[in-house]
Amino acid sequence: MLTYILRRILFMVPITLAISLVTFIIIQLPPGDFVTALSAQMSENNEQIDPATLEALRQRYGFDQPMIVQYWKWITNIVLYGDFGQSFEWNRPVSDLIWERLGLTLVVSFATLIFVWVLAFPIGIYSAVRQYSWGDYIATFFGFIGLAVPNFLLALVLMYFTSRYMGANVGGLFSADYVNADWSWGRIVDLMNHLWVPVIVLGTGGTAALIRVMRANLLDELQKPYVEMARARGLSETWLLLKYPVRVALNPFISTLGWILPTLVSGAVVTAIVLSLPTSGPLLLNALFAQDMYLAGSFILLLSILTLIGTLISDLLLAWLDPRIRYD
Amino acid sequence: MNDLIKVEGLRTHFFTDEGVVKAVDGVEFSIPMGKTVCVVGESGSGKSMTGRSILNMIPYPGRVLEGAVHWRPNGAAPIDLLSLDPKGRAIRAIRGKDIALISQEPMAALSPVHTIGNQMVETIRMHLGLSKSEARQRAVEMLDKVGIPRPADRLDSYAFELSGGMRQRVCIALAVACEPKLLIADEPTTALDVTTQANILDLFRQLRDDMGVSILFITHDLGVVAEIADEVVVMYLGQVVEQGPVRQIFHDPLHPYTRALLGSVPRLSRNRKERLATIHGMVPSPFERPSGCLFHPRCDVAESGLCDRVMPALTRTPTGRAVRCVKAEASHE
Amino acid sequence: MTEAAIDRPGDAPAGEKKSVAVSGQWRLIWLRFRRHKLAFWSGVIVIAIYLVAAFSDFLAPTTANHYAAQYTYAPPQRVKLFGQDAQGQRHLFYVNDYVVTVDSIALTRNFEVDESAVIGLGFFVKGEPYRLWGLVPMERRLFGPKEAGQPFYLFGADRLGRDVFSRTVHGTRVSMSIGLIGVAISLALGILLGGISGLLGGWVDEVIQRTIEFLKAIPTIPLWMGLAAAIPLNIQPLIVYFWITVILSLIGWTDIARIVRGRFLALKTEDFVTAARLDGCGQQRIIWRHMVPSFMSHLIASTTLAIPAMILAETALSFLGIGLRPPVVSWGVLLKESQSILAVSNAPWLFLPGLAVIIAVLSLNFLGDGLRDAADPYGR
Repeated sequence: MLTYILRRILFMVPITLAISLVTFIIIQLPPGDFVTALSAQMSENNEQIDPATLEALRQRYGFDQPMIVQYWKWITNIVLYGDFGQSFEWNRPVSDLIWERLGLTLVVSFATLIFVWVLAFPIGIYSAVRQYSWGDYIATFFGFIGLAVPNFLLALVLMYFTSRYMGANVGGLFSADYVNADWSWGRIVDLMNHLWVPVIVLGTGGTAALIRVMRANLLDELQKPYVEMARARGLSETWLLLKYPVRVALNPFISTLGWILPTLVSGAVVTAIVLSLPTSGPLLLNALFAQDMYLAGSFILLLSILTLIGTLISDLLLAWLDPRIRYD
Repeated sequence: MNDLIKVEGLRTHFFTDEGVVKAVDGVEFSIPMGKTVCVVGESGSGKSMTGRSILNMIPYPGRVLEGAVHWRPNGAAPIDLLSLDPKGRAIRAIRGKDIALISQEPMAALSPVHTIGNQMVETIRMHLGLSKSEARQRAVEMLDKVGIPRPADRLDSYAFELSGGMRQRVCIALAVACEPKLLIADEPTTALDVTTQANILDLFRQLRDDMGVSILFITHDLGVVAEIADEVVVMYLGQVVEQGPVRQIFHDPLHPYTRALLGSVPRLSRNRKERLATIHGMVPSPFERPSGCLFHPRCDVAESGLCDRVMPALTRTPTGRAVRCVKAEASHE
Repeated sequence: MTEAAIDRPGDAPAGEKKSVAVSGQWRLIWLRFRRHKLAFWSGVIVIAIYLVAAFSDFLAPTTANHYAAQYTYAPPQRVKLFGQDAQGQRHLFYVNDYVVTVDSIALTRNFEVDESAVIGLGFFVKGEPYRLWGLVPMERRLFGPKEAGQPFYLFGADRLGRDVFSRTVHGTRVSMSIGLIGVAISLALGILLGGISGLLGGWVDEVIQRTIEFLKAIPTIPLWMGLAAAIPLNIQPLIVYFWITVILSLIGWTDIARIVRGRFLALKTEDFVTAARLDGCGQQRIIWRHMVPSFMSHLIASTTLAIPAMILAETALSFLGIGLRPPVVSWGVLLKESQSILAVSNAPWLFLPGLAVIIAVLSLNFLGDGLRDAADPYGR
């Protein structure tokens, strides 16, 4: 087991490096650089900028050097000093900007994950055990709707209805009083009051998908002889259901953690922009538009690492739960 | 009348989207105390579902339509197992304790994510009300009894760590752990290789002699039948076509189907140039059951106008046998 | 428990349904698919949607970018089949005109339905000239106001007074084709790389598998956002369309490649493949005649299920403003109009293109599910 964990963690290193390189290439892809974007923006506002100043900026940011050198500087600074570089647009270190937002992204994703599991688990079991019942049809129907409605549309519709019928503005994660306040009990309560909207928006798709996964897995397991044999040993229906097939069907459920986290992080990006959440999404989008490359790059890199860690946790959980994997 | 269990007029049908499948359609037989009854038939003859019906454990979309399973464990008034609630306490107290099931697939009959001990202790504690350590002790004894080496260590193994033969032994240990009176063994040797098969059959015989357990042995293998059976029930398309003591069935089969089955078994004594006989035709689709006698399209002695019109009744002979064939009756009178 | 008479009907061979037994794999799939009502009707809807995509010029009452400033945010009209106008004249198939009042303070237009003013509708009416598929010059449209130029807003109007219904119909072409082409690229890449991976094995397999793992580790939306932001703003819409498709299929191929690889690996040791090899079939023949057909149906089902994901992705990217951009009309571009909550609370009908997305994605999902069930020989 220990070697398995070590192997998995070691395996993450080259993948992370590869991701950082690809990320860097992607954020370098747009023609021009931040300075070009800046001068374009300024000339749009009818401001003139001295070409010499531009050149000086370029040199200061190191844009005149070959890409591989820039990459090397960036990655070594991250690895050695935890320095993610400077955001050109905000004129502040990237790490200043990133942590709170990344933390909130994680809070939203995690809350959604709990929501998804709490909902999908019992509904999935019910749907499989009472296959073709009305409850199953209803769950399946809502499941499909949940899969088919784009997150941002759901967010918009929810905003429309709450603002129209509840008179509340559900955007953001905090009320005006708390946006810039320090962390306190009141701020946490305020966060909880706002959190449910993004959680519902983000969770619907995942819940729908997980109900289908759980239902399909459990239907497969219910057919297996060990269930019948447990019944033939005189166990009660509820007990045997929960102890055997649900337990086995749990494994694929756990492994969904590996892909539900990336989807949540991805979904959170779009939803956050609609709901104007102070998470990573809006900042990333702006950074991409402004070619604020260290900010954008660090975001993509950190979101990817978050995904990798999610996959790792799900694999470890799976190995812990399933002796067939553990003993491999 | 020392029958442990008596099955009467059993009809179990499956209501699928494609139509009704008459898996069991008029089955009756009884199992005497301490004897082994073999149910023989091809795939799809309903023999497995007969076994499941006795435990009142028919999977959806199946249903027992008619019939009774009279259970008389100790000479008291019989209980009709089919009249009990299939999920209720009464039948659950019988399942696993008085009547135990052994499945065809030892590979899949044990939970892949629980240890063997976990499943054994669970069953023993539930039915015998022992403490955890007592139950564990008993589980070790049982594993030892079915011939598993180092039983105490094995208790903490998972099913996938054992070989097929070992797994089947574990399944048997699990089944006999609460000293059942009836063992329903559903093709317990089919998935095993020949040597292991022989060992497992020995184990069954030994259990029958040691514990006095009655066995309902479901199989399609006539070789196995000859080894273990006292009584034989031959099934075809959900019906009993012939029934009788094993010697008489083998030496003097009355039903053309039984004769055909016996003819398709290779024998050492037979002339080497003789071709192995096969039963011509195929088992018909469950949705297109023939009219009249179900076997007539494949029967050598079928008489048109008679066999394709009239469904023969299961007739008892004075010698304690039963057969469902018009021609057989005629030849015996 | 493989015994019992219920045993899959397919198992008890011959006797049963001779017509089925001799009919080939595809016919079997079709028969099974027909029985799956939801999937079948979803298939019909999918075909209908693609027909709308093909003939959108003819089906939409106006061209995609026809605007009328005086009808800014006009609400949807109801089509009436029978009724009378102010003069008591009877009409069939018409809509009512608006009465427009301008709120001089808020500078908004208020629309009221004028029950007395009738705009007659007709089929095959003349409208603005257009070219079908950019080739055939035409004037007639399937339906619309009898007198060209009269207001006809089934789904209401947007901030420029453009007809949301017509734009949704026009958007069908781009949104649905992007899914189709994206999946085609994914399929080609997936079969090629998955096939190579499964057939060759060794280090090639290792490299391809690691690449797939790597691609899957990057969260898709940030990756897409990064790539889409790299598309220059000033290039032709058609090229943007092409690049977006390529970006979307960048992830899509990995699933297909995994399926193909898995199948090839499993099939390598199958008896029928060994038999074909012993019969002296060449490698190519074994692959194309024996192996590929045995998982093609499965692949088609997976592919169908990949299309809706692409449609949703395009919608999301365009919605964010980094996918397709006006003047291209796609469902995502249309939904971008509904981005501001202010616009939407005044004109909730701007959500209606979302309905098209949902219907398309739902029916593609149902269709894919049905196909998968039908294609699975061991399915229930």
